[in-house]
Amino acid sequence: MSLLETHALTASYGDFQALFGVDIRLEEGEAVAIIGANGAGKSTLMRSISGVLINETDQVQFDGQPIGHLTADEIMARGVAMVPEGRRLFPSLSVEENLLIGTYGRKVAGHWSLETVYDLFPILQERRNHPGTALSGGQQQMVAIGRALMSNPRVLLCDEISLGLAPVVIKDIYAAVPRIQDAGASLIVVEQDIGQAMKVSDRVYCMMEGRVTLEGAADTLSREAIHDAYFGGATI
Amino acid sequence: MIWIDTIIQGVLLGGLYALFAAGLSLVFGIMRLVNLAHGDLIIFAAYLILLLVSLLGLSPFLAAIIAAPIMFGVGWALQRHVLNRVLGPDILPPLLVTFGLSVVLQNALLEGFSADSQRLPTGEIATASVQLGGLNLGVLPLLTFASAILVIVGLNQLFYRTELGRAFRATSDDAVTAGLMGIRPERIFATATAIAMLVVTLAALYLGMRANFDPNIGPARLIYAFEAVIIGGLGSLWGTLVGGVIIGVAQTLGAAINPEWQILAGHLAFLIVLLIKPRGLFPRAVD
Repeated sequence: MSLLETHALTASYGDFQALFGVDIRLEEGEAVAIIGANGAGKSTLMRSISGVLINETDQVQFDGQPIGHLTADEIMARGVAMVPEGRRLFPSLSVEENLLIGTYGRKVAGHWSLETVYDLFPILQERRNHPGTALSGGQQQMVAIGRALMSNPRVLLCDEISLGLAPVVIKDIYAAVPRIQDAGASLIVVEQDIGQAMKVSDRVYCMMEGRVTLEGAADTLSREAIHDAYFGGATI
Repeated sequence: MIWIDTIIQGVLLGGLYALFAAGLSLVFGIMRLVNLAHGDLIIFAAYLILLLVSLLGLSPFLAAIIAAPIMFGVGWALQRHVLNRVLGPDILPPLLVTFGLSVVLQNALLEGFSADSQRLPTGEIATASVQLGGLNLGVLPLLTFASAILVIVGLNQLFYRTELGRAFRATSDDAVTAGLMGIRPERIFATATAIAMLVVTLAALYLGMRANFDPNIGPARLIYAFEAVIIGGLGSLWGTLVGGVIIGVAQTLGAAINPEWQILAGHLAFLIVLLIKPRGLFPRAVD
């Protein structure tokens, strides 16, 4: 039994269907990357798992329990935390308050605390009393990751954490992924940057137009296979 | 000396207006909900206190302590079962629903208590005063003002020093992302309205001891509360106190010139502030 699984997951925004029967799984301790172009359904998949979008009961399973029908706060309380696309820090809260609010619905002792998050991203300690939104994009992303870690989640969902950031900043942020994994969390990382995704993940799913078009271990997939799955059809 | 006395009376009156307004400010600050029934809820609480006073023979202060948890429950249920259903990107439905609630409350109170004007029995405290540097200050106005300060300090502590306060601010910023933190926005909103009803009970206590009330005076209290909130800047609690004081001082100064000018002077002060600072004196940076 996998830690997290989706079964024939569908999702729609009104009349527009965004996911057409998606099956993915995440094993305990694993890091899985989900790649795909804009509009492939990656973010919708994250929103479905985290409960921002509500699904059929059995379409999402966590730790053997169906969670598809649960709301975001209930899913978070069970140990699935999300770093949302666009970081979404709370402008009225300071950096430290943004981190502390991450424990609101789940107070579980574990590796992650203010101290260990500041150890992971030392710059945040210097900026702890600044408003979260006064930071640079990369630092804001660190706050968003730290905020999700504060609840000591079993699964961390990262939605486009490199979006809009400079390559050197992306490198810094991805350097944290192995440490997060070592501390006991399993990860799903949504990425458009294929190289970055392959580097940190054990397995990769490629999505196109609301469906999974390729699945495999990160080190066994060929460039051509990924290209086909990413853009569809044969290479020209 | 008489002008200093007038201004001080105005400042103390401002405490009452700040109490009217603090609950409104709290609810607006968290969920952008303008509760048009706020004034009627104050009058509802005043009748509740009156009922407890006459049924159980309690002092108004004791009756208010009993009324407070009841009003807390009323606020919670009202938000959970009625107002949460109409909150959304469109601000019109909550306005309509609270307007309707205002009409319902007024008529229910009229049905239950008649149109006779009422007053909470106060005993000696209504006329008691203290001498301060040649000025006579009423104990009840002083108590009202002190309560207003305590309420504002308390709400600020709650907002900026507690986990619940963090959740209030986070939900106000972004309810969807707040959900990802394990916060259930509907519960946060219900808690906020329940706390606002505690302040409403306190406002009702002082209103009922200082002036006559009848089922139809709620909307007029709402106007003062509104003006105080808007003068102060939407969502700023200390601003709300300042707003209440500005209206209070304007009213007593107006009344000192000509008794007919009391109410008008308050509204004029509000208009002048709006002209000079349309977003209020202390607007929140993020809106």
